[in-house]
Amino acid sequence: MSAGPSRTGRSLLLLAPLLIFLVGFFVWPLFSMMSQSVSDTAVLRLLPRSAEVLPDWDRASPPTPAMQAALMEDLKAVDDDQALGDMVRRLNSARSGFRTLMSKTTSALDDTANPPVDLVSIDDRWGRPEFWLAIADALSPLTDRNLLAAVDLGRNASGDIEHLPAEQSVNGVILLRTFWIAGLVTIACACIGYPYAIIAASLSGWKRDVMLGAVLLPLWTSLLVRTAAWFILLQEQGLINDALQTLGLIDGPLPLIFNRTGVIIAMTHVLLPFMVLPIYSVLITIPKNLMPAAASLGAHPIRAFLRVLLPLSLRGVASGSLLVFISAIGYYITPALIGGPGDQMISSIIAFYAIGSANWGMAGALGVVLLIATLLLYSVYARLSAEEAERY
Amino acid sequence: MPMKFTKFAFASLTILFLVAPLIAILPLAFTSSVILTYPIPSWSLRWFEELFTADAWRRAIVNSFIIGTGTTLLATVLGTAASLGLRNRLIFFRGTIRTLFLLPMVVPAVVLGVGMQVLLGGFGLTNSYAGVIIAHTVVAVPFVVVSVSGALAGIDRRVELAAESLGASPITVFRRVTLPLAMPGVLSGAVLAFATSLDEVVLTLFVAGPNQRTLARQMFSSIRENISPAIAAAAFLFITVTVVIGLIVILSNVMRARRR
Repeated sequence: MSAGPSRTGRSLLLLAPLLIFLVGFFVWPLFSMMSQSVSDTAVLRLLPRSAEVLPDWDRASPPTPAMQAALMEDLKAVDDDQALGDMVRRLNSARSGFRTLMSKTTSALDDTANPPVDLVSIDDRWGRPEFWLAIADALSPLTDRNLLAAVDLGRNASGDIEHLPAEQSVNGVILLRTFWIAGLVTIACACIGYPYAIIAASLSGWKRDVMLGAVLLPLWTSLLVRTAAWFILLQEQGLINDALQTLGLIDGPLPLIFNRTGVIIAMTHVLLPFMVLPIYSVLITIPKNLMPAAASLGAHPIRAFLRVLLPLSLRGVASGSLLVFISAIGYYITPALIGGPGDQMISSIIAFYAIGSANWGMAGALGVVLLIATLLLYSVYARLSAEEAERY
Repeated sequence: MPMKFTKFAFASLTILFLVAPLIAILPLAFTSSVILTYPIPSWSLRWFEELFTADAWRRAIVNSFIIGTGTTLLATVLGTAASLGLRNRLIFFRGTIRTLFLLPMVVPAVVLGVGMQVLLGGFGLTNSYAGVIIAHTVVAVPFVVVSVSGALAGIDRRVELAAESLGASPITVFRRVTLPLAMPGVLSGAVLAFATSLDEVVLTLFVAGPNQRTLARQMFSSIRENISPAIAAAAFLFITVTVVIGLIVILSNVMRARRR
């Protein structure tokens, strides 16, 4: 059969462009994000001479003349102010005091009229091993600092992993908040979406079409439009507050926007279709006569539901819940526009580090945490739906 | 009877919850006021005028069309070719490759955005149309693959084999048999790709420069910084485009159904 290999070759040729495209622009970006989270070259790339000399140092005695000369040479060679700023920031985070020390040192080195003999003559602090220790530790091109900091861990002076002090432990709070908000949204979607899907599956004709259309319409509408719509409804002079005040249910406007309530409402609206559709697709495969059969055998409707419909449809609820939860933990736009400062989820913090403060290391480390959480949950979801496909 | 009423009330309230926000925003596109609240003092088209004449909005609309068209072309060509290749069951790691093709739908946009910014920045592709189109294509291509694969799965392989046995070359089989049969899937894939690009904000935020601001990106910063009824007018535009897109997809499905 000569057609076999040539057909396979053709298929590979057809697959190759997208495969190459996605490896280049999907897999590679994710890897470069991961490598950003462990790379630490801010100091190394500016201090190549020191990197050669410092490993010979015993890490305890005062700095040797060779070390001082190498560092002076390195600092004189720096002509990129931004890179210098990055290095100083990196060193200052390891040991406070570097900022003033470096600016004093660089301006002294710039003074060509009377060049300093060594670094200790510029500032006494250069005679102390702690500062050299900070430089020596920062010269390694790889670091686990960002990854540890992403889960509120850090290394102490002797290199052991320990919890960061409470005032630096912000990421754990944000991670917990992300899972908490995603969990609440999932529960809200399940409480609304499950009965809704049951009712839709029990109907037929135009009534079913209307119920499904109501789910598909928002799914088809732009996320930004939906978020803008909730902005209009939830604001202080928004329709919801107006209606409640007209009905005399409340005296003043309720705070619905820029807080947790608004975020949960808007996210539930956005993600509800992802709950309804998987449940519905499971429900329509269940024979319609099962519930009447249970009833005819004398089962109370609640008992019939618990013993017949719930076990048969649980898989759909699990798929829907996972889908909603996976989408919710990565959400950025809705919390950014509807939430207050206390409702920002992990995506907002990643965006802040990446866009706001150009701290790629921290953005990458938190991105790795979010990516791992998402992929783990997705593998559970994929297994569930694969089993589903096998059953039918 | 009370059970039936409860069901009816629950379904109606949920439909209201799902649809009301989308309807509530539409009339505000025609307000004459500068604030986005009801009641509407009088009707006017000033915000549509703003949308099409104000520099920021007009450029955003043009950019959205440039980037959307580029993304649609690239994603449809790559996705259709790959779906054809995926039909062959002899391919090694077929399941893995398929998962890789669909994975961009799953990975959080912000995570992908950080990676894209780092990588495209290295190539000097940030702040360029090419960079934004590439980024949008990555997230749009899964929709094309799903849609085209679905259409291809519905094709009776014997039709293609018949054409082949009658002496048609592989290219002729594709052009005269496979592609026409898969066309509805290709079209709805293209439409979904365009819609994805139109609505994409997060990657645009990371990759695009001020010259590539898209309509969605402009709406995002406008809601954040100075919200005005121009948002409602843009939303009106979006919803209209969505309805048109939806009609196209429904029509193509009808076409597909009629073919059989």
